[in-house]
Amino acid sequence: MNFAVLQFPASNCDQDAVHVLKNVLGHSANLAWHKDTTLGNADAVIVPGGFSYGDYLRTGAIARFSPIMQAVKEFADLGGPVLGICNGFQILTEAGLLPGALVRNRSLQFRCENVFLKTESNSTPFTQTIPDGKLLRVPIAHGEGCYFAEPETLAKLNSNGQVLWRYVDAQGNATEIANPNGSLENIAGVCNAARNVAGLMPHPERASEGLLGSADGRLIFESLVKWIEQRHAKAA
Amino acid sequence: MKAKIIITPKKAVVDPQGKTVQGALEHMGYSGIGAVHVGKYLEIELAGADKEAARKQINDACHKILSNPVIEDYHFEIE
Repeated sequence: MNFAVLQFPASNCDQDAVHVLKNVLGHSANLAWHKDTTLGNADAVIVPGGFSYGDYLRTGAIARFSPIMQAVKEFADLGGPVLGICNGFQILTEAGLLPGALVRNRSLQFRCENVFLKTESNSTPFTQTIPDGKLLRVPIAHGEGCYFAEPETLAKLNSNGQVLWRYVDAQGNATEIANPNGSLENIAGVCNAARNVAGLMPHPERASEGLLGSADGRLIFESLVKWIEQRHAKAA
Repeated sequence: MKAKIIITPKKAVVDPQGKTVQGALEHMGYSGIGAVHVGKYLEIELAGADKEAARKQINDACHKILSNPVIEDYHFEIE
């Protein structure tokens, strides 16, 4: 299985994503430079975290116009799975591949800590093998992760089951205290209407091995792997 | 010519920077301080003399990249 992990100037979680895909899960993962115009034979694309283009103008605003993003759009339009993590989520919203936007944390603090995530829908390539009711313990590290969307967009996201993850407490309740950045309705991650593009602010690639304190993030990558296997089996 | 562009957060978007600045101003004793909104100001130098063409181009750029219409409003002048 082949993963393409994008690399922009000032991406900094690209190697972590490659490490998990290659060394933990045993798949092939190649970096795609922002000036590249093709994704090769990728089965899935990871848009990693970092501070692409120094977060100049707005987070993700410049990266979305990189040559590689045109290839990502075409890949997504054909149904290819794309996962944006942290800055990758910001880039995908700026690119219009995901609804809403990420703005400055309500506390104005850069928050770097472990959170609990509740998965709200398992009918996506990114969540299908996450057991019902399982809370994911994964870290966040961001200053601009406050999810915002217009009320009509938010209503649509809820009715279509496009909210994939919410910040919750250890009991699974989406409380105000469990919300690290002021996101509307504790939203940590969403997907598009076609369900093949998703983004989340937390870092599953930093919680994919027991040695790191949690391997819960691995469930997201394993879901994706299983989905690709099913897609290959269908095509065969 | 020069384009002077002001980008501000939409009213519906929480603006923690504005709130913090407002709190600081009140704390310093300035009276009658209402809501503060922190935005961006850009100046773009432009070649040519066709104001209408420049206006079209800057409006397009504001919509596509300089602002994010989901969370920001913009307005500009061409001088």
